[in-house]
Amino acid sequence: MAGRVGSKRIVVAADTQAQERGLMPGMAVAQAQAMQPDLRIEAADPAGDAAGLTRLAGWCLRHVSPLAAASPPDGVWIDVTGCTHLLGGETALLSMLAGRLSQAGFSVRVAIADTPGAAHALARFGDAPLTVNAPGGVRKSLAPLPVSALRLPEESVQALRRLGFATIGDLMKAPRAPLAKRFGGLVLRRLDQALGVSPEPIEPLLVPEIPRTRMGFPEPIATADDLARAAGLLAERLGEKLLRRGLGVLQLDLVFARVDGLSQVIRVGTSAATRDPAHLTRLLVQKIETVDPGFGIEQICLSAPITDVLGARQVLSDICTDGMSADLSALVDALTNRLGAKKVFRLAPVQSDVPERSMRRIGPLARAEGAGWPENLPRPPRLFTPPQPVQVLALLPDHAPKNFVWRRQPYRVRRADGPERIFGEWWRSAEEACSVRDYFSVEDEAGQRFWLFRRGDGEDFSTGDLRWYLHGLFG
Amino acid sequence: MNAPLTLETLRQRVRLLERPAARYAGTLPFGVPNIDKHLPEHGLALAALHEISGGGADAGLAACATAFAAGIIGRLGSTVLWCAQTQDIFGPGLALAGLQPDRVLYAEAKDEATMLLVMEEALRHTGLGAVLGEVRHLPMTASRRLVLAAEKSGVMAIALRRRAAGADAPNAARTRWRISPSPSLPLPVPGIGRARWQVDLTRCRGGTPKSWIMEACDAQGCLAVPAELADRSAAAERQAS
Repeated sequence: MAGRVGSKRIVVAADTQAQERGLMPGMAVAQAQAMQPDLRIEAADPAGDAAGLTRLAGWCLRHVSPLAAASPPDGVWIDVTGCTHLLGGETALLSMLAGRLSQAGFSVRVAIADTPGAAHALARFGDAPLTVNAPGGVRKSLAPLPVSALRLPEESVQALRRLGFATIGDLMKAPRAPLAKRFGGLVLRRLDQALGVSPEPIEPLLVPEIPRTRMGFPEPIATADDLARAAGLLAERLGEKLLRRGLGVLQLDLVFARVDGLSQVIRVGTSAATRDPAHLTRLLVQKIETVDPGFGIEQICLSAPITDVLGARQVLSDICTDGMSADLSALVDALTNRLGAKKVFRLAPVQSDVPERSMRRIGPLARAEGAGWPENLPRPPRLFTPPQPVQVLALLPDHAPKNFVWRRQPYRVRRADGPERIFGEWWRSAEEACSVRDYFSVEDEAGQRFWLFRRGDGEDFSTGDLRWYLHGLFG
Repeated sequence: MNAPLTLETLRQRVRLLERPAARYAGTLPFGVPNIDKHLPEHGLALAALHEISGGGADAGLAACATAFAAGIIGRLGSTVLWCAQTQDIFGPGLALAGLQPDRVLYAEAKDEATMLLVMEEALRHTGLGAVLGEVRHLPMTASRRLVLAAEKSGVMAIALRRRAAGADAPNAARTRWRISPSPSLPLPVPGIGRARWQVDLTRCRGGTPKSWIMEACDAQGCLAVPAELADRSAAAERQAS
C-alpha cells in the first residue's frame, strides 16, 4: 500500500510477507522498490477504508452491542456492557468475534477491558490476540505496555521516549504537574481515560435503516418505575413504526443516555419476530434493574437492530395447533433473557448408539419432529458425565457383575440383565474403531438399579482395558 | 338421587370460599384405583404444587423420583418446562418413563434462587402443562409463591427434591411424595423385570399419609399394581385350596 504524505510517496501498510523482507510502514516507496524490485504496490484508499470500517461497526452494532463505533484508522469500539450474557460471556463473545472476522478474511486482535482506552491499548500492544482483562486489573496490565499505546501523537511519544518514559508504568509513577506543563493536557488525559479516572464516552454509530424511537427528558429521571414507564411508551411507538413497515423485532436495544455522558444498555432478544408492545415491555422491564442511572437519565432510545418481516397474523383456530403452540415464544423469550442464550432448549434424538451422543440440544421453538429413541433398550433417566469408575467383581468374559463398590459403598447385585454391546463409532477416530462397551443393568438388594459398563469385550484387550464404570441410575 | 353430584358441588363451593382466586383446573388421576381413591381429589390437582423427593438408598440422586415425576408430567399431554441446575438428565430414559422429547422445554439456571424465579414466572404462563424444578431447599415462602402462581394459572407445579436439605421442613405443597426403590420379583429366566418403587405419600392436604408398593412407570407414564398384590385374594384362595 502506498500513500502520499505531502509530496512524498511512502509505504502506508505492508503485509506480513513484505514485513518479513524488511519493508516497514513509513518507508519511502522508492526505497522499498529498490529493496524488492518485484513489489506489488496498491494505492491506499483512506476513504474506502473508513467506509469499510463503518460497515464493520454496523455489523458489530447488530450482532454484538448497540454501542459500537468505528475507531479509525484500524479499529472498532464496542461497548459490551450489559450485552455479554446474550453471547455466553466475555471470552465467548471475543472468540465469536475473532472467529467471524477471521473467516471474513481480516486479521484480528480483540480485547475487553474496563475502559475504552485500556481495551484499545491491549488489543494493539497486548501479548495475546485475544485478551480479557479482569475488572479492576487495568493498572496492572497497562503498566508494561509502551507509551505509544496511549493514542498520543507521534511527536509526544518521541519526546516521552527521549525523557526516558518507556512504558505506561513509568508514566503512572511520574509526578503529574511537570508532565502537564511539558506536554499539555493530552498525555494526562489519555492516561486518565485509559485508567478510568476520567470518562470517555463512545459516540455510537447511527444506522439510518434501523427502526428507532427516542424520548428526551427535560428533567433527568432515575427511578426504576419511571424508566419502566418510559420503556413502555417507547415500545408502543416502536410497535407502530414496525407495523407500518411490516416488520417484527428479533432483537431490541434500549440505550439510556446518562447526564454524565455515559450510556447504559439493555439488549434483549426474541425467539420469533414480534411487535407486541406488551411483550416487548415485559422483556425490557425484566432487565431494568441492571441499569445504573447514576445522576439521572436524560434520554432513552429504543431501536430494533435485527428485524424480520412480519405480516399481519391470522389467528389460528383451535383445530390446527401443531404440537408446540405459538404462544410459547413469549415465555421462551422471557426465560432466555433471564438465563442467557442456550440455557433454554429442547433435547432431540441423534442417531447414535453411544449413549452420551444420542441426544443434542436444539432451539426451544424448533419444529417437533416426533422422533424418539428406540423403546426396547433400557436407558436410565439420569446419566453421569463422565461415567464414574467402580470396582466390580464379575466373571469374564461376559457375566454380569456379582458385586461392586461405588463411592466406597459396596453393593451386592441380586438381578442383572445384559450385556448390551455398544461398538465405538469407527468413522470418528482410529482409537474408537475397535473399542467396545458392554452394558449391564443390575439391581441391588434394596431394589436400586444401576447401569454399568465394562470397557472392552472381555477377551481382547485391544477393545478396551476391562475397567468398569457406572453410567447412570435407573428409576 | 344424585347425592355424589351434590357433594361434589358443595366441595367446590367450599373450595371457592377458602381461596377465591384459585382456579379449579381439574385433576390428573394416576389411573391406579387404590391411589386415586385415597387422594381427596381422586388424583393430583393441576393448579397446585406437589413435592416429589427420593427416599431410601435413592435419597441423594432421586432417580426413581425423577422417573415418577416424568411419568406424571408426561401424561398431561401438553408442553412442560423442566428447570434444573445440573444437566444429568438423559432424554432416552425420560422417554421410557413416558415423557416424550418434543414436549419438554429445559431451562438451565445457575443457582437455586434464579430457578425459583424462573419457575414462578413460567407458572404464570398458561401455555404450559406443568413446571418442574429440581430444588434442594424449598422454604415456606418460596413454596407459597409457587402455589399462588400455580393456582392463578392452573399450571401444575412440581418440586423435585434432589439431595434434599431439610426434607421434613414444612412447605405449602398440596401433596408430598417420597419414592424409594424396592426389590423387584425374580423372573423365571435370568434378567430383571419391571422395577418397583415404594411410593410414600408423606403429606396430603385433606387426606392422610399412606404407602404403596407400585411397579414403575411404563412408556406411557402409568404406574401399575404389582400382580401378586392385585390378585392377592385369588392367590390366597388358591393356596388354601
